[in-house]
Amino acid sequence: MSAVIDTHDHSHDQDHHHGPAKGFKRWLLTTNHKDIGTMYLIFSFTMFLLGGTMAMVIRAELFQPGLQIVEPAFFNQMTTMHGLIMVFGAVMPAFVGLANWMIPLMIGAPDMALPRMNNWSFWILPAAFALLVSTLFMSGGAPNFGWTFYAPLSTTYGPPSTTFFIFAIHMMGISSIMGAINVIATILNLRAPGMTLMKMPLFVWTWLITAFLLIAVMPVLAGVVTMMLMDINFGTSFFNAAGGGDPVLFQHVFWFFGHPEVYIMILPAFGAVSEIIPAFSRKRLFGYASMVYAVGAIALLSFVVWAHHMFTVGMPVAGEIFFMYCTMLIAVPTGVKVFNWVATMFRGSMTFEAPMLFSIAFVILFTIGGFSGLMLAIAPADFQYHDTYFVVAHFHYVLVPGAIFGIFASAYYWLPKWTGNMYDETLAKTHFWMSFIGMNLAFFPMHFLGLAGMPRRIPDYALQFADFNMVSSIGAFMFGSTQLLFLFIVVKCARGGEKAAAKPWDGAEGLEWTVPSPAPYHTFSTPPEVK
Amino acid sequence: MRKKALRVGSLMAGLTLSQLALADWEVNMTPGVTGVSRDIFGLHMTIFWICVAIGIVVFGVMFWSIFAHRKSRGYKPANFHEHTWVEILWTIIPLAILVVMAIPATITLLDMYNTDESEVDIKVTGYQWKWRYDFINEEFGYFSTLSTPRDEIYNRAEKNENYLLEVDKPLVLPVGRKVRFLMTANDVIHSWWVPALGVKKDAIPGFINETWTRIDEPGIYRGQCTELCGKDHGFMPIVVKAVPQDEYDEWVAEQVAMAEKERELTSKDWTLEELMARGEKAYDTTCAACHQQDGSGSPPAFPALKGSAVATGPVDHHMDIVVHGVSGTAMQAFGKQLSEVDLAAIITYERNAWGNDTGEMVTPKQILDYKNAQQ
Repeated sequence: MSAVIDTHDHSHDQDHHHGPAKGFKRWLLTTNHKDIGTMYLIFSFTMFLLGGTMAMVIRAELFQPGLQIVEPAFFNQMTTMHGLIMVFGAVMPAFVGLANWMIPLMIGAPDMALPRMNNWSFWILPAAFALLVSTLFMSGGAPNFGWTFYAPLSTTYGPPSTTFFIFAIHMMGISSIMGAINVIATILNLRAPGMTLMKMPLFVWTWLITAFLLIAVMPVLAGVVTMMLMDINFGTSFFNAAGGGDPVLFQHVFWFFGHPEVYIMILPAFGAVSEIIPAFSRKRLFGYASMVYAVGAIALLSFVVWAHHMFTVGMPVAGEIFFMYCTMLIAVPTGVKVFNWVATMFRGSMTFEAPMLFSIAFVILFTIGGFSGLMLAIAPADFQYHDTYFVVAHFHYVLVPGAIFGIFASAYYWLPKWTGNMYDETLAKTHFWMSFIGMNLAFFPMHFLGLAGMPRRIPDYALQFADFNMVSSIGAFMFGSTQLLFLFIVVKCARGGEKAAAKPWDGAEGLEWTVPSPAPYHTFSTPPEVK
Repeated sequence: MRKKALRVGSLMAGLTLSQLALADWEVNMTPGVTGVSRDIFGLHMTIFWICVAIGIVVFGVMFWSIFAHRKSRGYKPANFHEHTWVEILWTIIPLAILVVMAIPATITLLDMYNTDESEVDIKVTGYQWKWRYDFINEEFGYFSTLSTPRDEIYNRAEKNENYLLEVDKPLVLPVGRKVRFLMTANDVIHSWWVPALGVKKDAIPGFINETWTRIDEPGIYRGQCTELCGKDHGFMPIVVKAVPQDEYDEWVAEQVAMAEKERELTSKDWTLEELMARGEKAYDTTCAACHQQDGSGSPPAFPALKGSAVATGPVDHHMDIVVHGVSGTAMQAFGKQLSEVDLAAIITYERNAWGNDTGEMVTPKQILDYKNAQQ
């Protein structure tokens, strides 16, 4: 038996000579996919708490009409940093962490294909975010132009810290691209003999497609921030109308990155949930092939719908119609996925442990987010919804119970494999119900606020919006504080508890359950045979 | 119907109870007062009910499975994992629903884009953080800024019913006529939105966007800027006052006369007291958002004027900054935004308020000469 690794870096114990190095060098120099996965997950959770704290500031200010806690200038920094940190710091690294841990275990590979690059792509991230967060303490404050950083608000009118923000984005992009190359190289080259593409677990499939999306669009993001950099520091006029530039060009380039980006944040969650629902339904996933094709279709469509974020920008009507139709089309493959999940549950033999609870909530609430997405796709109606709280409700419904519940479900599902211990099921269920209630309380009233006419990104609002804002803030505080419970559950699980079997879930399938729990430091040194 | 009951209920609560109860529990979009807004409302409700129907079917099956097909009830799992016809069916049915939905949406969209045969043309310009309305055929225009007192925003006074949704001069429009808006912006991107009209369009520097409305009922309709445009994005509301045609004509005539009178004011001889009084008002509406009412500013982005080198130094330099702005900063060029009278009044005010007591006065004529000398 190899050494046991521990997700908690303070208390790793080991009793084997071929185990990891000791002390901080283990973490700094490691090329082990499990160590790097762990670091990604810890980093992501740290960022989740930081971005969440900013959300708490936002909701505290919006608790009542009037300005109480922060000034509008700081409020805008909070909304901007909250968005950036959650997207680039919490959700994306969490999925990369899951990919690092699970893809080699799921395809029977000994490690990621490019382990040294793997180390590098992680360690860029703390530097990038240290730089981003440091802008809060700079003269003129942090970026205050929203996570979408529309020019010219972010160029001619941006704070001096914008250049640092651009550099941070560049570093995050490099990290993501390297991570994506690694995932592709691993999946295409290191599968165990007999594991054909159409035998791969769906989590691996969705990550393969996500990685291609990342490689396609992160350079576009790098391009757009470089144009900003030139406008700010080198006198160009890409986005400056006074110099012959085009502020709308910014939005086209940004959303050409931005729309695939939202699928980058959700597709791996689709994959994880497609592992978990069959496991706890004790029944094979319904429509495996159509699931794969649906993910592929969603990924392709994601490249031709970007301008639905810009329906009010004054596009020609032919453009509006094209983007409206393409956007509506996405509902078809997304619907197929939801129907398949429901059909998997149908006539299964279900139990409701924490991973399953989070997955079921994922299906229900993500579908609600999908419905509001379909409503937003109707271009004429979007003229009323655009840039209101209805949009805020929509994307939080697909990101919180979508991406984040997907991550929680994955964490509970694989924690026994990572730590060798079972987590505390009662506490985990408490975490689920508190999160579920808090999240709905926080975000459902936002639909009403948006339809009643409340614009997004405002620090103060008219009196008719007061009641629902208060409800929303209470829900947000509840959701936010509950996440400390998750930290406690994970730490408790890492320190000990009921020992987990190699396959702790009786309905689970896949190569990761053929290795002992916790997974040895080195696994599949000889590839397994897949029939 | 439930919605209507809710609205009546909330309206009564609003009338009888004090501040907080003024807030209602409105949960839906309003149908609005224009043909377009009603079309949009119809589309909104149609797609909403389609979603509800799909939701009932999908969640119904799911909840039933959760209830019936659970291990604790001893249910044994079935073995199926694909079914070609079912899968084809649930690809085609949603597709058909979408096609049905796309048709009315396209028709409404084409109608919204048709700005032909407009009878009134208004240029709407977004500024940080106010709107300007130019009646281009009648040759007058004015700024419309938030009129909610800062005491209400900072909770030092009771908030009034139209808190944050009130302006000093509303946009006045005639009912029953096709009004075309030409949208642009002076600095960053703004977005002009009045929910009751079903009109939202981005105001983009360097671009002119077109949209239109025809209001059916006289009334006051309120909206807000919906594109993040900086610090006071939440404080640049829109108020549209729709009036019958004859009242509108009267108002236009008044505005034209006032604009003429304003031009004459430039040649009038002003006293320091008159300029100070006018300057204080103009300063509060134009400058106080950044430089604060007491001239303390919010450094480093918005420097203090109280005791500043600019406001107590050479007059020419002060005029230059106010008229031409400071490039690369948030300080705009106010030379074209404000009249000579207001520019003179503001500069005079800044040089004498808050203990800046230079005793110097700048007259509208000086500003005019200064501007002419620049050309």
